[in-house]
Amino acid sequence: MSEQVLVCRSDELKEGAVRLCTIGEVEIGVLRHKGSCVAYRNVCPHQGGPVCEGVRMPQVEDVIDENGLFVCQRFNEDDVHIVCPWHGYEFHIDSGEHVIDPKVKLKKYDVVEREGQIYVAI
Amino acid sequence: MLKVTSNRDVANEGFNSSVHLKNAAAQGESRNYDDFMIVDVDAHHYETEAFSEIAEYIDDPVLRREAKFQGMARGGIASMDGSYQEMTGRITRYPERRGEKVPPQPHRDITLMYRWMDALRVDVACMFPTPMLNIVTCPRIEVEVALARAYNRWLCDNILESENGRLKSMLYLPFNDPAACIDIVEKFGSRKGVIGFMVVATHYRSVHDNAYMKLYAMLQERNLPLAFHAAYTWSDKQLSLTNRFMAVHALGFTWHNMLHMTNWLVNGMPERFPKLKIIWIESGLAWVPFLMQRLDNEFMMRSSDAPLLKRIPSDYMREMYYTSQPMEMVNNPKALEVTFEMINAKTQLLYSSDYPHWDMDLPSTIYDLPFLDEQAKRDILGGNAQRLFNLETTLAPGKHERRAQRGVKAAAG
Ligand code: FES
Repeated sequence: MSEQVLVCRSDELKEGAVRLCTIGEVEIGVLRHKGSCVAYRNVCPHQGGPVCEGVRMPQVEDVIDENGLFVCQRFNEDDVHIVCPWHGYEFHIDSGEHVIDPKVKLKKYDVVEREGQIYVAI
Repeated sequence: MLKVTSNRDVANEGFNSSVHLKNAAAQGESRNYDDFMIVDVDAHHYETEAFSEIAEYIDDPVLRREAKFQGMARGGIASMDGSYQEMTGRITRYPERRGEKVPPQPHRDITLMYRWMDALRVDVACMFPTPMLNIVTCPRIEVEVALARAYNRWLCDNILESENGRLKSMLYLPFNDPAACIDIVEKFGSRKGVIGFMVVATHYRSVHDNAYMKLYAMLQERNLPLAFHAAYTWSDKQLSLTNRFMAVHALGFTWHNMLHMTNWLVNGMPERFPKLKIIWIESGLAWVPFLMQRLDNEFMMRSSDAPLLKRIPSDYMREMYYTSQPMEMVNNPKALEVTFEMINAKTQLLYSSDYPHWDMDLPSTIYDLPFLDEQAKRDILGGNAQRLFNLETTLAPGKHERRAQRGVKAAAG
């Protein structure tokens, strides 16, 4: 049975921000992205970096035309990643899966927002 | 009932290396790094932040003025090519480290070095510059020489001399000027904290050129290792065909060292200088088995091309030293295990972090390898370097404190 632990007031976590909280021995990052919240353990599966403290970057794409010619690069703002600040591993913000190898993934926690408060389910 | 016991708002914290690396410190605790000495044979500082101090050490007043005016960053006195090594903001310590607060004493670079070393549980680190590694590609040789002398003097006077034995360096040799290299070994070879000399691999003069023999003999006689520190340059004719940093880095950091290693062997340098210790830095490890196989195969058919060699090339390569980072370990542990066997890692491999660069490795990259026993882990993390460089046993003050606390707790029962 999971327990819901109060993290902070909803209005304390603005769009794009992260709140790091320690519950027991575990540090968890609660991130707000496009209005809703996700929560991950603040430990990267690569070498253990504080992944939730990283920047968010959209997927980079090479644009290739119908003849196979390179045109330019662009950002895909629909696919935003959490980037681990130690070495740059990138994870889809919604799933916590590494963008190339989904087996490499962040430890995810459920987040509940009710009555103006944010809770993490442990 | 579970409760939040600490709550951090990252946006308003400001950058601090100890906080950035606190997960590394936790790894150190769970793996008992306090019980043994860890030596990091390849770490860096950002001498750019002290460049105005370093520029004062340039002897030539005209160059000194130029250096002060141009600076050392991109577009600076020695720059050849731009790059985006810093991953356009993804690696947060690059843009944020400049704002890191330190006390007025000791020198900022000492404080910053200690902070990350303490987090990684590194006791002794061999420090190298960052942008100044690239002075090797400066087409004006006198600029390379002047900057090398200035940096080495500045480092010895301000960092190595004033520090209590945790910081070392293999000093930069301006390889494009063999006579200047000799002079630098003579002047700096016995300065405090100097444990060898280093050549940046992106140079365009063969390592077997007769002009270098006196240098090698001097280093051998003084028992000072010679290290080849890998690098890349987008100005290399072949590598200028690459368009992404990952490509120029993956190839460049191995290619230049492979070239020098091959020349070193084919020209019989291990037989000419049998006691000279050679270290290959920051090329990772995967290139070594490749080159061993390649050279052994050709040598058996064309031994007359390398008549000074009395054994196959890989036998000599197994007697050289390699730093571990960036260790290629994504998904093939078997290949890594074979690599360790082929290079005789238990005695020849030296842990290196390359901190604070983007592809740095923590001690856990070695400590967590399932095919090493405890002794091999400790040797690679410190023992091999301690023997190679003749280092005194040194533990960081934090390790002593934690060990004392542990002892007190154990005694209290
Ligand atoms: S620890 Fe996260 S990318 Fe390496």
